[in-house]
Amino acid sequence: MTVTDTPMIEVSDLGIRLNTSRGPAQAVRGVSFALKRGETLGLVGESGCGKSITALALMGLLPDSAVVSGSVRLDGSELVGLSDANYCKLRGNRISMIFQEPMTALNPMHTIGRQVAEPLRRHTGCSAAEARKEAIALLDRVGLPDAGKRVDAYPHQFSGGQRQRITIAMALACQPDVLIADEPTTALDVTIQGQILDLIADLVEERGMSMILISHDLGVIAENVQRMMVMYGGTVIESGETNAVFTRMGHPYTQGLFRARPRLGAPKGTRLTTIAGTVPELADLPAGCTFADRCAIVEARCRAALPDVVDVGVAHGVRCLRTDVSMATPIGAGT
Amino acid sequence: MSTPLTATVPAIAPATRPATGFRRRALRLRSFVLGAALSLLVLGAALLSLLWTPWSAYDIDVASKLHPPSAAHWLGTDVLGRDIVSLLLVGARSTILVGVIAVGIGLTFGVCLGLIAAARKGWTEELIMRMSDFTFAFPAVLSAIMLAAVAGPGMVTSITAIGIFQIPTFVRVTRGSANAVWAREFVLAARAAGKGKFRITIEHVLPNILSILIVQATIQFALAILAEAALSYLGLGTQPPQPSWGRMLNDAQTLLFQSPMLAVYPGAAIAIAVLGLNLLGDGLRDLLDPRLARER
Repeated sequence: MTVTDTPMIEVSDLGIRLNTSRGPAQAVRGVSFALKRGETLGLVGESGCGKSITALALMGLLPDSAVVSGSVRLDGSELVGLSDANYCKLRGNRISMIFQEPMTALNPMHTIGRQVAEPLRRHTGCSAAEARKEAIALLDRVGLPDAGKRVDAYPHQFSGGQRQRITIAMALACQPDVLIADEPTTALDVTIQGQILDLIADLVEERGMSMILISHDLGVIAENVQRMMVMYGGTVIESGETNAVFTRMGHPYTQGLFRARPRLGAPKGTRLTTIAGTVPELADLPAGCTFADRCAIVEARCRAALPDVVDVGVAHGVRCLRTDVSMATPIGAGT
Repeated sequence: MSTPLTATVPAIAPATRPATGFRRRALRLRSFVLGAALSLLVLGAALLSLLWTPWSAYDIDVASKLHPPSAAHWLGTDVLGRDIVSLLLVGARSTILVGVIAVGIGLTFGVCLGLIAAARKGWTEELIMRMSDFTFAFPAVLSAIMLAAVAGPGMVTSITAIGIFQIPTFVRVTRGSANAVWAREFVLAARAAGKGKFRITIEHVLPNILSILIVQATIQFALAILAEAALSYLGLGTQPPQPSWGRMLNDAQTLLFQSPMLAVYPGAAIAIAVLGLNLLGDGLRDLLDPRLARER
């Protein structure tokens, strides 16, 4: 694995404002991170916390009405404000994405071979025959059985896990530098989940890509990425090395997420712990800490302004004013 | 381990499988079969008229005018002594010609504009949709009268007017269904693969709305036939001596009490064509989009 000094993708102070039917909504605020070649980053959070929107912003796929502020640099060149035509040259070529729903991410009207070969033909200018050969090789690499024969089959002839393998082949066709996987296993069986995540991990390792893995599943994040960011209400509320965060969680929300996970061996009838309240509407976020309304240790000053990031360890930051209380009793993988 | 496993993997269904299923389903669908039969009857009449008609549809023989049905003239003759069967056959030709070209105009412009509206969004979409609303406000007959006032009546005028009248319908149908396709995840995946809007429109949007467009075109064809008959009846469409069903109705109206059957024949021909195309459209919709069929 080659790790160079210049980050492959560097996001600083990313802000996204969406125009919703309920008025403008600040969907993402102050998201910053940098990934070197070969590094992996996990984004965790509930639905609507801004993680998928962040991914779409990196891909330049936000609706036209969205306003993006801050900076996104791919290998040193700025992506924010790039024209759609120029973005098209990068998408699928240097930066790729795997989607959540393999059942809908493939066009039912085209053969899978054609869909895998398309980014190749588009970005590398190779001939149809070469692209087809490469597509078969890719499908074979992602573990599609009998790739040579099934290359001309249609998406409906495959199972969910197989389709996700096909979308992975599509995303990897042009050897991208950055891979964004947006909940790649959420729609799959648990048994398939592991296989697909292992496949992605192998490919990331093999090709030295930087990967951003988005998930709401702490288990998936724990096992697959080096660093993680927890998002809530459009801001990163905790970030750090995966091990560090799991060893000692700093933010009451991260702790809540951790407690809410189902546990094997719990007595029958035990109810899952939940976090009281609901996710705030992005259209009217509170002025202060976005988690204030659901936080057990909230104080008046929490509601005054968005708290700054506090360092609680080496490269482990928490956006909370009350880390002294929240981290008094260690909560993490040890408990 | 892997060898016995692969042996049990079932072979991929051959590509012809859905087609035979389609044919079987089509033959079971009564409205589709009847619609197709009636439409083919009209098409067959038009094609036949190119090769053969019992009599010439243009030769006037006043001596044998208003003959009742006989062995020589199966449906009799009209006021100018022309053979009704021949007139109906040649009339089918005008009807189909006008329908095909008018629907072609509507389809070409309407689908292009609808696809552009769905792909570009924003003010482009607003502009296209408001323009089509504006066009939609003028019925075909009204625009034909306006056009006839400028360019004179005739087949070209009626085709143009009906074609323009068809555009907004296709714009709306295309844009609506294209917007639905644009919202699908595979379009997002295609964009993530670096495809531009034009390529996505051609490769992903258009194939996915094709069945809807085919159904709509069939139904619009029926509307075009009605409009052509109406315009010819008003004297704005097909001009004599070129036979047309609407023209025949017009000729028959003065003789409604003497020879009522003269109005019945072209009327029945129009009814058969329109009914056939509507049934065909309905049948196609049920065949091509089973979700819509269940909702009805």
